[in-house]
Amino acid sequence: MKPAPFDYAPATSLHEALTLLTREDARPLAGGQSLVPMLNFRLARPALLVDLNPVEELARLEVAPDGSLRIGAMARQASLLHSVQVAAGWPLLADAVMHVGHAATRSRGTVGGSVAHADPKAELPVALAALDARFHVRSRERGSRTLRAAEFSSGPFTTALREDELLVEIEVPAPHAGARMAFAEHARTHGDFAVAGAAVVLAPGDHAAIALLGAAAVPVRVEAAERAARDGAAAPEVARLAAAGIDDAYRRALLTTLTERALRRVLAP
Amino acid sequence: MRISVQINGRTYAGDVEPRTLLSDFIRHQAGLTGTHVGCEHGVCGACTVQLDGEPIRACLMLAVQANGRALTTVEGLAGPGGELTALQRAFTEHHALQCGFCTSGFLMTADALMRRRQLDPAAPPLTEAEVRAELAGNLCRCTGYEGIVSAVLEALGTAS
Repeated sequence: MKPAPFDYAPATSLHEALTLLTREDARPLAGGQSLVPMLNFRLARPALLVDLNPVEELARLEVAPDGSLRIGAMARQASLLHSVQVAAGWPLLADAVMHVGHAATRSRGTVGGSVAHADPKAELPVALAALDARFHVRSRERGSRTLRAAEFSSGPFTTALREDELLVEIEVPAPHAGARMAFAEHARTHGDFAVAGAAVVLAPGDHAAIALLGAAAVPVRVEAAERAARDGAAAPEVARLAAAGIDDAYRRALLTTLTERALRRVLAP
Repeated sequence: MRISVQINGRTYAGDVEPRTLLSDFIRHQAGLTGTHVGCEHGVCGACTVQLDGEPIRACLMLAVQANGRALTTVEGLAGPGGELTALQRAFTEHHALQCGFCTSGFLMTADALMRRRQLDPAAPPLTEAEVRAELAGNLCRCTGYEGIVSAVLEALGTAS
């Protein structure tokens, strides 16, 4: 229950972090709420830990001139709860992060760490998928690239990030005018990882986004249900379509109920 | 690596390996054994301390990361003459501890919650269900939650 020995290098700038990450068997340390347990269990035994906590340029949480929300990879999960801008434009993120761990883990845990860890039961990647987020990643040798949610997550605890690549920023597009959004989940205890969950975004005109947690090992957007929601189908029908492709009967029933619950909260006057 | 950490207003310096957990630095090098170590993987909440006033899991932070920072542990709650806080008195009155192993973690979580609430005096009082959700990150294996929840509700001034 104690980590194996490793070298420790605190990075003070993004450039320094990317340089350190080119070393053999180096791993970035963000909030540590998943990596440190893995170190304690010795499931992870990196040669070098590159501590991103001192990198101020990664800790930003702000609205860009184009109206998009820019979440620096090291922005703390708790900052989503305290941000007036998040509450106004992207309340889904505050709604979802309330289910992520506890006050004592959200204070250290980061949005980027949660996304890069890619736990199939994590809430934030699902909320970000429903918001059409884009993930900006960078490495010293290969430069920058931008990935969509479906490209970023490739399996349980697996992402498109290469060894020396770092998730730098998450860009959440400006909300559609009049958009309403809600997150619903089922967990055995408050703060536990979810068994299943649903993120719903609807906007007048022609926008509907529904992403599911627990339908697969990665966040899943359910296009048939989104189409039905755009065409004005009733909540039970949209929810049925959202979970229709899931084989397991319990999980299908759970996701139908949770999708309908989120839809009803979005549609409530 | 040489580090220096302020704990409860006093500076503690020591040599640590990079892998030394903050919980072990607090207990073994600072000698403050009120912070307990339960699961060592962030589940039980027994090692909860406050970093710049925010609750954190001391087993999920490396001691080197606390270099130059300010911590509060359970020993820092009571006044200089040992007088207990309202929260600690409520724990006594409501028999909110049985074996006591989880108590310091609960106190540090609830103390941070109380200070967060004081920042927003106009907020509606927390319900019992909300208090239970706030405390869900701390486990009591004696299962003595009733007394703990009652004590926190009273300390928050919302006891029925």
